[in-house]
Amino acid sequence: MWQFFHKLGSPRWFYEISGRWLPWLALLTAALLLTGAVWGLAYAPPDFKQGNSFRIIYFHVPASAVSMACYMVMAMAGAVSLIWRMKLAEVVMKCCAPIGASITFIALVSGAIWGKPTWGTWWVWDARITSVLVLFFLYLGVLALYEAFDNKEAAGKACAVLSLVGCVNIPIIYWSVEWWYSLHQPATIKFTEQSSMHPDMLQPLLVMIAGFYCFFAVALLLYTRSEILFRERNTKWVRALVEKSVG
Amino acid sequence: MDNQQPTVSIAAVFGATLRRDLTIAYRRRGDFVNPLIFFLMVCSLFPMGVGPDPKQLAQLAPGILWVVALLACLLSSDNLFRSDYDDGSLEQMLLSPVSLYIQVLAKAMSYWLLTGFPLALIAPLLGLLLHLPATGMLALVVSMGLGTVSLSLIGAIGAALTVGLRKGGLLISLIVLPLYIPVLIFGVSAVQRAVDGLSYAGPLAVLGAFLALALTLAPLAIAASVRISVDN
Repeated sequence: MWQFFHKLGSPRWFYEISGRWLPWLALLTAALLLTGAVWGLAYAPPDFKQGNSFRIIYFHVPASAVSMACYMVMAMAGAVSLIWRMKLAEVVMKCCAPIGASITFIALVSGAIWGKPTWGTWWVWDARITSVLVLFFLYLGVLALYEAFDNKEAAGKACAVLSLVGCVNIPIIYWSVEWWYSLHQPATIKFTEQSSMHPDMLQPLLVMIAGFYCFFAVALLLYTRSEILFRERNTKWVRALVEKSVG
Repeated sequence: MDNQQPTVSIAAVFGATLRRDLTIAYRRRGDFVNPLIFFLMVCSLFPMGVGPDPKQLAQLAPGILWVVALLACLLSSDNLFRSDYDDGSLEQMLLSPVSLYIQVLAKAMSYWLLTGFPLALIAPLLGLLLHLPATGMLALVVSMGLGTVSLSLIGAIGAALTVGLRKGGLLISLIVLPLYIPVLIFGVSAVQRAVDGLSYAGPLAVLGAFLALALTLAPLAIAASVRISVDN
């Protein structure tokens, strides 16, 4: 296990191994997203109250789930980079921020589009929507802080501290539904009891959630790989790689 | 030879840092009133913006007072480490054998004594200007007294992260504002509940919990950020 940990610290090793995983993961992502989208958008039964407009759930819920998970990944990578000074973790943390910000943005926009036919308004200041907005702000803060530093090593450390501090906000986001009375419907998927959603609607949703997680992994790998190449651009192995690809 | 080094107690370090910062602030008395003037000016902009109707103002007062106090804390927090960074005292703090945790905690506390505490004290005066009902005054002072300590500690994290950067001012708001939101929500709800005649112990307890969390954890983040900024 320790050997694995040591290897993980080496950007070169990560670059090589992730290059082998990437095609399979991308294939899996495409399959899941395609199946989930077609199943959810075309074959799942329409909701008896909301009609077909509920189908945006197949994008909204997965995006919201991943937006939070991405922050956790970012904070954990930040912690690893601060504690063990692992360069790779710092790269991963840095790459999480733009992906997380985009996915959170998708969650907010799809929620607004869904809100219009359901609640009759684009925006409702309810606990969960607000906390996702705050999450979006947290991502923007990390991005802004990273850009402000000229010295990228210090930028990585500063962002790691900031993402850990922001991590305090994650449980508040998660439990806000129970804390505050709100317009937003309570969570529909429950692992401990019978879900309040019909299985015909739930199954494509689960496929979409899995698909979004895989998509996040693919995006993170791609970002991390290009960042590794950029940071290691003066090393021998990257030069050899470039020479090989140029021919 | 380490045994020869005089050991300094935590309380002595805390007291010395606090006294130093308060002395410096006393010698630059002008800076001390700026957040208060800002608080007064921005609060008096609101009646001009939303109209002088006392009923409407009374309804908005808890939110206005809290948001403006929060901005006053935010804008002044930029100076928290600036002069120490410029003259090298921050580096000396890092080099000294005593814990950085205690030193930054003392700095954040002296900063609170100079901004958050006076803000909480003059808040009822501005509450009068905005027609806040008298039942809300005590809740306003207590919630602000509790809440601004957390705000100061959180603001100090942002100040420590950005102190090495030339363009700190706007950046610090981007970093810190999202973290201020929970304090704002419960601070306003304490005042609102008091105005509505309900018990406001619940929101105050949550503010107290935030304070306990901030007091214990924020100095760790501040100390780590100071190290990063000085090394940069």
